[in-house]
Amino acid sequence: MAELDTSSGGGHKKGPGVKKAKKLSTRIDLTPMVDLGFLLITFFMFTTTLAKPKTMEINMPYKDPLMKDEDKNKIKNSVALTILLSKNHRIYYYEGIGDDPNKQPEYKVTGFKQKDGIRDEIIAKKKMVDDLKRQGALTAKDEATVLIKPDTTSTYGDLVNILDEMTINGVKVYAIIDISTIEQDNIKATEAANGGR
Amino acid sequence: MPHAKIPRKSTNIDMTAMCDVAFLLLTFFMLATKFKPEEPVVVKTPSSISSIPLPDKDIMLLTVDSKGRIFFAIDNKLKRKALIEDIDAARQLKLSEAEKNSFALGASVGVPLAQIKQYLSATPEQQKAMDLATPGIPVDTVIHVPSNELDSWIESARNTNPQLRICIKADGDASYPNVSKIIKTLEAGKIFKFNLITNLKSVPPGTAAFIEANAPKEGK
Repeated sequence: MAELDTSSGGGHKKGPGVKKAKKLSTRIDLTPMVDLGFLLITFFMFTTTLAKPKTMEINMPYKDPLMKDEDKNKIKNSVALTILLSKNHRIYYYEGIGDDPNKQPEYKVTGFKQKDGIRDEIIAKKKMVDDLKRQGALTAKDEATVLIKPDTTSTYGDLVNILDEMTINGVKVYAIIDISTIEQDNIKATEAANGGR
Repeated sequence: MPHAKIPRKSTNIDMTAMCDVAFLLLTFFMLATKFKPEEPVVVKTPSSISSIPLPDKDIMLLTVDSKGRIFFAIDNKLKRKALIEDIDAARQLKLSEAEKNSFALGASVGVPLAQIKQYLSATPEQQKAMDLATPGIPVDTVIHVPSNELDSWIESARNTNPQLRICIKADGDASYPNVSKIIKTLEAGKIFKFNLITNLKSVPPGTAAFIEANAPKEGK
């Protein structure tokens, strides 16, 4: 009975002169139709749930032109790691906040790699801050802080990647800051020192 | 000894009912599926491990393509209508009722306000051609000036719907200064919280986020 029976009843009477056609079976096998129906259902069910885009929430620091300098948060040099995003998805980074005009920090270069990339540096920084806390050099309130400074040559993808690294590595305090001209010059100098790459 | 004969039953099942159910479900899913509105440009969003779903309503979508052109959209037809009326009044664009309706029913717009009248009166095919050639919504590093049209759009949109969540959907290859201009504009409007639309990727094993996600739940 896996068929649709249309043979019984309903057929209109033919006139006396009309020859009787050979009666063919009007039963249709419905199984492939059911198969197709369920296939389509599965398809629509999957596409409705999978097409939902994901978002990443981002909170920028409160900024007000009227804010006084003394109200601004100061970051300790020992907890900070500054990350500079540069062209071709390259990352320069240095320890501290680099605010000493007389002594520029040493710039190191890395990238978004699974191994020996920026992730290892962030983990190392977090470990270092934890060690300093244990030794009593830092208070319990201090957290490893990452300053992200995207250069004008970097892409939006780099920014999302580095923000993602923050979530991946559980860095709670981080900020996106404009790059300074000194840092841009330093990147150029480092590039030149590395053989113009 | 005569034993009772078990009547042989037909193994054929009536599929008609099952077929009905299948197609009923199929119709339901087809009608319930909301097709995503046609995007004016192709945007390849970067991936992140964040799994927060995009809210269903009250979203303002700022699309940035790989060349840094900005397209603007909000959801809800009625809010769109209110928005175009607000913009029309603020900028004296002299839009007709038909052009306003065209905006309310349309998708993202990415033309400067000077061309918006022409854009809204064009046919969908012409609009597509204009989307390819448009420079995007003008944005400036200076914020509260008429040349920063994105600021006007955002302000009007927030006037019509204060609950809007701002989502930036930018191409991974869009250069940072372009995105930075948008963020600066938002900051000037005292918006410090917004969403970036990303694709989902898996959490790399061995990292802090991975340990947290797989940690046994405390308590119950």
